[in-house]
Amino acid sequence: MSKIQNAFKKGKAFIAFLTAGDPDLQTTEELVFEMGKSGADIVELGIPFSDPIAEGPVIQEADVRALASGTTPDKIFEMVERIREKSQIPLVFLTYINPVLKYGYDAFFAKCNEVGIDGIIIPDLPYEERKEVHEFSSKHGIDLIPLVAPTSEDRIKKIAASAEGYLYVVSSLGVTGIRSEIKTDLDSIISVAKEAAKVPLAVGFGINTPEQAAKISKIADGVIVGSAIVKIIAQHGKISAKPVSEYVKKMKEAMI
Amino acid sequence: MTTGRFGIHGGQYIPETLMNEIKHLEKAYLHYKEVKDFKSELAYLLNNYAGRPSLLYYAEKISRDLGGAKVYFKREDLNHTGSHKINNVLGQVLLAKKMGKTRVIAETGAGQHGVACATAAALLGMECEIFMGKEDTERQKLNVYRMELLGAKVNAVESGTQTLKDAVSETMREWVSRVADTHYVLGSVMGPHPFPMIVRDFQSVISREAKAQILEKEGKLPAAVIACVGGGSNAMGSFYHFIEDKSVKLIGCEAAGLGIETDKHAATIAKGAIGIFHGMKSYFCQNSEGQIAPVYSISAGLDYPGIGPEHAHLHDIGRAEYVPVTDEEAVLAFEYLARTEGIIAAIESSHAVAYAKKIVPNLPKTESVIICLSGRGDKDVASIAKYRGVNLHE
Repeated sequence: MSKIQNAFKKGKAFIAFLTAGDPDLQTTEELVFEMGKSGADIVELGIPFSDPIAEGPVIQEADVRALASGTTPDKIFEMVERIREKSQIPLVFLTYINPVLKYGYDAFFAKCNEVGIDGIIIPDLPYEERKEVHEFSSKHGIDLIPLVAPTSEDRIKKIAASAEGYLYVVSSLGVTGIRSEIKTDLDSIISVAKEAAKVPLAVGFGINTPEQAAKISKIADGVIVGSAIVKIIAQHGKISAKPVSEYVKKMKEAMI
Repeated sequence: MTTGRFGIHGGQYIPETLMNEIKHLEKAYLHYKEVKDFKSELAYLLNNYAGRPSLLYYAEKISRDLGGAKVYFKREDLNHTGSHKINNVLGQVLLAKKMGKTRVIAETGAGQHGVACATAAALLGMECEIFMGKEDTERQKLNVYRMELLGAKVNAVESGTQTLKDAVSETMREWVSRVADTHYVLGSVMGPHPFPMIVRDFQSVISREAKAQILEKEGKLPAAVIACVGGGSNAMGSFYHFIEDKSVKLIGCEAAGLGIETDKHAATIAKGAIGIFHGMKSYFCQNSEGQIAPVYSISAGLDYPGIGPEHAHLHDIGRAEYVPVTDEEAVLAFEYLARTEGIIAAIESSHAVAYAKKIVPNLPKTESVIICLSGRGDKDVASIAKYRGVNLHE
């Protein structure tokens, strides 16, 4: 069982996303550590990309800030090494495929393994194209975490069966971002996915209030929150540790 | 290799939310392209609305002036809405309608594809929204108003470099948000499969006509077919039926902007590297970390950091050649064509004319070349004037 799956053992998992290097890597390092202390069970680290087609404005702007501060995959790997000196919280990369291809699949996943990354989410790598990456992610022991969407229908089963680490259930149509209401019939997606998946199910996209987290945690194994955290970082910059920690604590407490 | 490949290129690298939709699109397209009613309806629109077949015009004065092979222009600029874009748009909007869609969305750079899409949507009774980089909406105000006249809503995209690549990204984001009633009319031979195939098929009418026309006029195949390449739809359409004729050189002209030795260009084959972006594996202008590079060209329609996957493959196997052409060369060709033949062609197409000027003098008079004039140049007059230091009032 992977370290990621273990993180779901203590109950419902709170999964926190932030863009690495926003506003700089030193802040990211501090935030990962602080969020872990405040109740985050897994942290997703976004590798900033010039053209993140699955992101809404909040994370797009975070990517712009992170790239402006000179963030590169190699600098992120160095930061992960520093994090690993004091924290063993499971870490998952969220990245578009091109930076990984450019780095070289073999070299990238070897480096992930070396520094202590546990999993990877690639939003522009659907089930049909996963093989070219999976060959290398599995060779180096990195969980390849797939997504299912409200439109997946007949695809849910095969995607869920292929999932490693956890299955990322996209709550709504559209891009990432805060939503006041989740309208998708998550129950039916989750019941189909649960049957096929050998890993826990975590729901993301749009979740930002403790009420939403409480509701989702009743039907899923984990809750993923990104834009709401990134928004706090956008507001507070390098001194985000306190407000982010408070927010994470509040969300975690709301989950059963 | 997975479906929709051209050699190693192509594929379907898009968010899961869209996967069922593009599979549905592929199935619908493969079905309707064989259905007699669909084919005759599209042929009717192309012939009676868009003005096909387009002329293959023998440019006698230019041929004499260059002193080499005979120069023929495939006059896509004479199509309704002023460019080759209408060929693809009529096909896709008709297909979308058959699929039960009520709304179409599209990206546009210079506005040619957006205008064509808004036109087809008006004709076929579909709701239409166009995404255009904010910088482009300012450069091409006239086309924005034209699209609005046609009943489309135009969204100015403020993310990234505010140009064509950002318009594509934003249209994809819109499609992910609203897919049930909406078809994305992709404007070039790019994006995830099946788009490169669909757009190529709809544009291949260019080479189907051109081949018959040149055989009728010259009694033999041309020595070369030359077209400009951004994403590559007019070039793919111009090349397609000549691919099997190995004696015909296929030449794509990329935008070299201020020169490929500078960082102000959009020359994907000359300067790009293998990458995956906007749903496809192909060549892209990018930095050493895989970030997509901001590109530049005087031509908004060629101002794109990638190239369609079938072109990438034709390059890999050596069947087509891709050459860079600078702003300066394109502007000179724009002016030359206007003066010599009385044709104001799009600055995009002028890139192809510029390269033809270089090679035609070295080809024997017994040979011919076909240059695709993909669009008309009215939209470019103001920016050419500016390039020459003449400020026309807005």
